[in-house]
Amino acid sequence: MSTTTAELLKGAAELFPGEVVTSAHVRHLDLPAVPNSGSAAGAGKFALITLDNGFDHTKPTTFGPGSLANLDLAIDQVEKEAAEGTIVGVGITGKPFIFAVGADLKGVELLKNHDDALAIGKGGHEVFKRLSGLAVPTFAYYNGAAMGGGVEVGLHCSYRTVSKALPAFSLPEVFLGLVPGWGGCALLPNLIGAERAVSVIIENSLSQNRQLKGKQVFELGIADALFEGADFLEQSLIWTANVLKGDVKVERPEVDRGEAWDQAVAKGRVIADSKVHGAAPAAYRALDIIAAAKSGDLQAGFDAEDQALADLIMGGELRSGIYAFNLVQKRAKRPAGAPDKNLARPVTKVGVVGAGLMASQLALLFLRRLEVPVVLTDIDQARVDKGVGYVHAEIDKLLGKHRINQDKANRLKALVTGVLDKAEGFSDADFIIEAVFEEIGVKQQVFAEVEAVAPAHAILATNTSSLSITEMASKLKNPERVVGFHFFNPVAILPLLEIVRGEQTDDAALATAFAVARKLKKTAVLVKDAPAFVVNRILTRFMGEIQNVIDEGTPVEVAEKAVEPLGLPMSPLVLLELVGPAIGLHVSETLNRAFPDRFTVSENLAAVVKAGKRGFYVYDSGKPELDPEVAALLKQGDTVLTEEQTRDRVLDAVAQEIGLMLAEGVVAEAQDIDLCLITGAGWPFHLGGITPYLDREGVSQRVNGKPFLAQGLASVPA
Amino acid sequence: MPRTIRDVVFVDGVRTPFGKAGPKGIYHETRADDLVVKAIRELLRRNPELDPAKIDEVAIAATTQIGDQGLTLGRTAGILAGLPQSVPGYSIDRMCAGALTAVTATAGSIAFGAYDAVIAGGVEHMGRHPMGEGVDPNPRFVSEKLVDESALFMGMTAENLHDRYPTITKQRADEYAVRSQEKAAKAYANGKIQQDLVPISVRNTNAEVGETGWGLVTADEPMRPGTTLDNLAGLKTPFRTHGRVTAGNAAGLNDGATASILASEDFARENNLPVKMRLVSYAYVGVEPEVMGYGPIPATEKALAKAGLSIEDINLFEINEAFAVQVLAFLEHYGIADDDARVNQYGGAIAYGHPLASSGVRLMTQLARQFEEQPEVRYGLTTMCVGFGMGATVIWENPHHKDAGGDK
Repeated sequence: MSTTTAELLKGAAELFPGEVVTSAHVRHLDLPAVPNSGSAAGAGKFALITLDNGFDHTKPTTFGPGSLANLDLAIDQVEKEAAEGTIVGVGITGKPFIFAVGADLKGVELLKNHDDALAIGKGGHEVFKRLSGLAVPTFAYYNGAAMGGGVEVGLHCSYRTVSKALPAFSLPEVFLGLVPGWGGCALLPNLIGAERAVSVIIENSLSQNRQLKGKQVFELGIADALFEGADFLEQSLIWTANVLKGDVKVERPEVDRGEAWDQAVAKGRVIADSKVHGAAPAAYRALDIIAAAKSGDLQAGFDAEDQALADLIMGGELRSGIYAFNLVQKRAKRPAGAPDKNLARPVTKVGVVGAGLMASQLALLFLRRLEVPVVLTDIDQARVDKGVGYVHAEIDKLLGKHRINQDKANRLKALVTGVLDKAEGFSDADFIIEAVFEEIGVKQQVFAEVEAVAPAHAILATNTSSLSITEMASKLKNPERVVGFHFFNPVAILPLLEIVRGEQTDDAALATAFAVARKLKKTAVLVKDAPAFVVNRILTRFMGEIQNVIDEGTPVEVAEKAVEPLGLPMSPLVLLELVGPAIGLHVSETLNRAFPDRFTVSENLAAVVKAGKRGFYVYDSGKPELDPEVAALLKQGDTVLTEEQTRDRVLDAVAQEIGLMLAEGVVAEAQDIDLCLITGAGWPFHLGGITPYLDREGVSQRVNGKPFLAQGLASVPA
Repeated sequence: MPRTIRDVVFVDGVRTPFGKAGPKGIYHETRADDLVVKAIRELLRRNPELDPAKIDEVAIAATTQIGDQGLTLGRTAGILAGLPQSVPGYSIDRMCAGALTAVTATAGSIAFGAYDAVIAGGVEHMGRHPMGEGVDPNPRFVSEKLVDESALFMGMTAENLHDRYPTITKQRADEYAVRSQEKAAKAYANGKIQQDLVPISVRNTNAEVGETGWGLVTADEPMRPGTTLDNLAGLKTPFRTHGRVTAGNAAGLNDGATASILASEDFARENNLPVKMRLVSYAYVGVEPEVMGYGPIPATEKALAKAGLSIEDINLFEINEAFAVQVLAFLEHYGIADDDARVNQYGGAIAYGHPLASSGVRLMTQLARQFEEQPEVRYGLTTMCVGFGMGATVIWENPHHKDAGGDK
């Protein structure tokens, strides 16, 4: 006996009592007479379904089981009316600014078994596909943000219009670790061809969840008509009347079902490989369904979507993806341990000590985000001029790209100055950051000079990546105002900012640092004053262990390949090249001094640095190959590990280090470690940073005797 | 520098369907500025030959310039409608004659040569902005007896007008109202009105009012086709016990917006814009505020005199039906029959509604359609009474008439 859709959804709704239920209002209207047609007769009675969760646009409309049941009931009504011939068409649209943003992730997190997960997939399909089976044509009006299931409900309609004002349209499922499983994988390639469907489902999703704008939705052929936001619904309904009267013919280009389809899927696999390196299954499952959709058998596609959804919902990558999504969307906005924000002092002028590249980049960032005077100082006029010149040149670049207008460029240029005399530059600064040479004596000297001329309330911030904040502040009259403010390179791109509290840092200084970070649009994480803080400590331990394995005798390529299944943004040695071997060596020396039992200093790395090499690889053939000169420098032992052995050793080391960091209280919780790795090192969502992966793979249990995260946080709940 | 006065023409006009003000009205959840923005956009869509960058002014009237009717609506509506930033705008208030004043003020500027083409219109959302919202009349009005207290209440001024014209009975007013409803229903049946309406999407979140979600308004809400004298006979006279003015023989409280394009005739011809009416003259006159409904009479006298015309030259009348008595007073003054076929051929505000500052352009749009159908008519007029004792009249020439543009 088969279960009805209503029963299926009722069962699912019981699993999700906290759902914000979306209503599906059915309202009837007279389609307008077609203007200037000479006829006053309208195109007939029309049923318009409005998806609305009853909140304003700050709480977008989603689909949980209760919401799907409501839509199912609405479709019952219009199906009957369509069959009886009392309506000529059915439309579906959203509340102001929002169409619908897809499945309610909170409900997905609660699913505990494969059958329930399957029910969610089937439930969505069973409801949505009714829209394509009505006795009258159906129209989706994408009036505002449409994502995932929101996009998919429209794909089941006969026609679609889209607003030029629509800011975000996407199928983000693969980004989170799912597939577009309510018809997206099967319908989209059949509508716009495999190549475009792959770009939307795979490429956009894996490019930091890139969103389409209304105009692109139309240009891709997803929507049949594009109207401006001001009277989008009116124009959509007039267009509908024209379509129903036959005055407008909707023509869509023929979908190429030949070789182009296979090539598009193959290209999708290349994109997926380059982004996740086979490490996360979602993109590949989506591509399998797209490949099969070539036959045009939609029901087979829908069934495959159901299976893929259920498998992925019960798998770890999705849970990690949602966990990571929640970290970035929610935890990042409320940093754990940050003091009361009312303690923050206003920052109306910023000083930057140093005018080198890093200092200049910081000056630019403060200038653009705070729009207050920024003054650079350095030891000679030439350096100061160079720093100010860099900032001016970057402002001109922004102007050239039309990111800012001439007035804004004038304003920003007028705000940045450079002086030699710190007293002149900093006497009225509220926030002074140093980015001078990484040497404790130099930094102490700089802060002493600054303190002598800066106002008593000014925050003294340091961009040190490895030195002790407490030590740096120790010789000052007011050490309580010193804060670590550690950015990640490239400063303009990586969101993470490690805010380091020294032993004497007070709440006002810390609150000011968090307030500034927020204005800088950075993801701030509170970190204890511990060697190399979070990201550099974990990366150094990780790379150090790889280096150890190589030094002991495992071939470079084996060591590199060993961590490929993690799907990191780049291999360890390529990362080392990006950081610079000399800096990598320096950090490992620092950590070796702090923790000599766990952090080694590689003689091979030292040799590479000494030889003046910038990296391990040469790219003459277009692909990275071990530089023969580097190969000649390497002195390896005779312990050769397999990829698996290498991976275990590296992951064990990482798990041990994170365990120790949490025990030391470097950050509040494991979640902060993951937030740092995602936003500061670009570690992928499907790993959830790293601790969900270590838990899932049993590494945490093996090394520390317990998982990092409670069951259900980034895994299927108990 | 020598100047030539330029002819000004009415190119086109549109309006939103009018709604009933209040929580059950179709526009209860719709902003006033959105109404006028959508009217402007429809106007531009209908006239693609008009390059929006060539619009020299956007004059939008509203009586209560607060909230979504404030913020210099002419400017903000222009931006919201997607006009180029270079197109300026301003707001106008002459209560009920707001849109009419927007038309004549910009027309004067066109004639003077300051503008070539403009958008003029009005909006009133009496649900969001009830009459009298935020008013603070100077106490001297009463203490020095500058006006009678009844001057502030339009229904009372209508009762006062009945006093002035004792022959205009409640019966005559009701008969007039029934005819207005009949004529409006007939105009709808013949598709005369719908062609100049802008469909408006409306949201309803209150299940007690009706179906919830988004809907579309394509027709006027206030109309009561089939109204009979019996229906009207028993209605209350809220402004005076045993009075004559009822909800049935007056316009209601309404929401709606209008917009029109005016241009110099040369500009219109050069840009292949339609020429629907040619402006002949206009006049505003003040009268005793207690009988503001009398206003159209002296205003029309003045406008006719300026045009060198007499009332016999006018063969189509669009008189705003704020109150039946005010139309009847006008007709009585000029010796025109209550049911004269030249008057309000499509019915009037008693049927369609009267969203104060928007109504002037509705009169023009309807007169323009009548000119098109009746090329034998050379002159028509649009006239209205205005709060605080004023009258406003604009005289138009029918460009479809064989002698149009020539000497009288």
